[in-house]
Amino acid sequence: MKILTERMEAHRTDSHTIERYEATGGYSALRKGFEIGPEAVTAEVKASNIRGRGGANFPAGVKWGFLAPARPAYLVINADESEPGTFKDRQLLERDPHQLVEGVVLSSYALGVNHAFIYIRGEYPKPARRVQHAVDEAYAKGYLGKDILGSGFDLDVTVHLGGGAYICGEESALLNSLEGRRGEPRIKPPFPAVEGLYSKPTIVNNVETISNVPWIVSNGGIAYASIGPDTSAGTRLISLSGHINKPGNYEIVMGMTWRDLIYDIGGGIPGGRELKAWIPGGSSAPWFVPAEHLDTPATIDDVNDLGSMMGSGAVIVMDETTDVVAAAHRIVRFYSHESCGQCTPCREGTTWLERIFNRLLNGQGRMADIDLLIDVSDGISPGLTWPPAMTTICPLGPSATAPVVSIMKYFRDEVEARVVSGIPVALEAADG
Amino acid sequence: MKPATLSEAEMDAISDWSESSQQLVRELLGKYPDKRSAVMPLLYVSMIENGYVTAEGMKSVAVLTGLTGAQVQSVASFYSMYKREELGKYLVSVCTSISCFLLGADDVLAAIEDETGVPDGETGHDGTFTVEHVECNGACGGAPVVLVNYEMVEGVTAEKARELVKWLRDGGPDVVGTEEMQQLFGGAKSFDWAVREPEGAVLPVPAFAPYGSARGVK
Repeated sequence: MKILTERMEAHRTDSHTIERYEATGGYSALRKGFEIGPEAVTAEVKASNIRGRGGANFPAGVKWGFLAPARPAYLVINADESEPGTFKDRQLLERDPHQLVEGVVLSSYALGVNHAFIYIRGEYPKPARRVQHAVDEAYAKGYLGKDILGSGFDLDVTVHLGGGAYICGEESALLNSLEGRRGEPRIKPPFPAVEGLYSKPTIVNNVETISNVPWIVSNGGIAYASIGPDTSAGTRLISLSGHINKPGNYEIVMGMTWRDLIYDIGGGIPGGRELKAWIPGGSSAPWFVPAEHLDTPATIDDVNDLGSMMGSGAVIVMDETTDVVAAAHRIVRFYSHESCGQCTPCREGTTWLERIFNRLLNGQGRMADIDLLIDVSDGISPGLTWPPAMTTICPLGPSATAPVVSIMKYFRDEVEARVVSGIPVALEAADG
Repeated sequence: MKPATLSEAEMDAISDWSESSQQLVRELLGKYPDKRSAVMPLLYVSMIENGYVTAEGMKSVAVLTGLTGAQVQSVASFYSMYKREELGKYLVSVCTSISCFLLGADDVLAAIEDETGVPDGETGHDGTFTVEHVECNGACGGAPVVLVNYEMVEGVTAEKARELVKWLRDGGPDVVGTEEMQQLFGGAKSFDWAVREPEGAVLPVPAFAPYGSARGVK
């Protein structure tokens, strides 16, 4: 079952053009939307049970329901894809940008929005060029601008490039950035649906979420909801990376096991090596290990129940040669670099975690560092529970504790051995 | 969306900018309900004019957006792509985040540092290269990934990275495009790119026509 990637697979060389998009049914959902009216479009999206594909997995229809009545209101597409391991939105932006544009027009119509923004990370110039081109084509064909298709509905779309900051994927930071400010998350409430861009009601949705809207309007929300498990409805794009034979984006129906995903779809581990661990939903997610999780289902709720998350759908695979201390350090370093600096537990905590890891990697670790890593993590996210407790405005800080908790839970012996010998266990094994 | 009309003071602030940049400024200011929102695009335009984010560039952007210079600087200093020091002709960025790390990104970075003679985070004396490690660039399925002026090359090995550096140094291309570099120096990709892209980058600013930074590739 393919929804999002059907056109790009069937029409490899021109799926991004308006000619191909129209020839394969594109913009017919928009005509249907104008016939059934904005309330009916909203009702279809609610009935679809689609959950946000950016990472938080919050039901999109419910989010739409929070939009306050004041106008103007805004729709902002979050194309600031930056969660390590995630590269699915890039493919949607490059290969089928009109699918997103049509979703933007339908969603704006449903929400009563006349100006939408597509915020694309600055390191994605090629996707931005494709999207801008699609937007220009849509204006020229009357799918954007004034009185779209004679409906009386007006919509402008602005494509905006970011400046290189992971934190702008957090929706309130993204709004600050779009307002021309530092990308610092806002204290909530008020939520963006009440006070968002320019303090006006604003809905922020992920690229993949909105790219599904044309199909949902064409085929009905109930048809979408009937795909896959009840609480993980629809297809979703999974990004496979790391030590895996067939990395890439795969549009799957949720509900298969991790074994199916890693060994069947991903083709298993290169060189027939053993799977050591994987991260089920982007680098912010606690790790899974084969002994406990390989035969559990990859659904949003099952993964939550087992103490991690599907997040952005990014699966990062690590084989037996992986030095887990170095891998955890690399993830912690990411959060340390990307912390916006507003909240002390995150700013200081991620910095100290990185420093302690540096010491371990340099062969200067002390046994007490193991407790210190846990203690600093606990200072960022008290109790180290799942979902994480927050001492911070946004979840970036707690995300940095996920790799720490994971290696202490599953590979504590390797961390201790690293302190004693100063060299990675995986390397010792490789050298015999 | 109509281009904005600039006041005399606003025109004065960018009187030394090229006419095409001045026109872009009008268009960019017209794309947002509040001119403050144009700060980030205008900083990119200022980089095209000045090579990097200079004090004068920030002052110009401040006038155009109705902010103080300090407010503009607070924005410029927050984001990693607004470089506030002179850059080489080619900004070579190596992703060393988790997926690229697992597949040898540190070796790629070391090869690039060695071949250019420029350490991570620095610009070479001859002004050809700036080398940096960066955090995840959304190419994890084609790891390790290298960007040249933000144009992406996926599946790069240490050996191919050296060849890429030599190609840039010896050939000195004025426009770098993602497809040409991928064809010459890339390997596995995150997904099928399918068709060539007609535009590339001329300097270390993301190549995007509304910012005046994209040029046709041969």
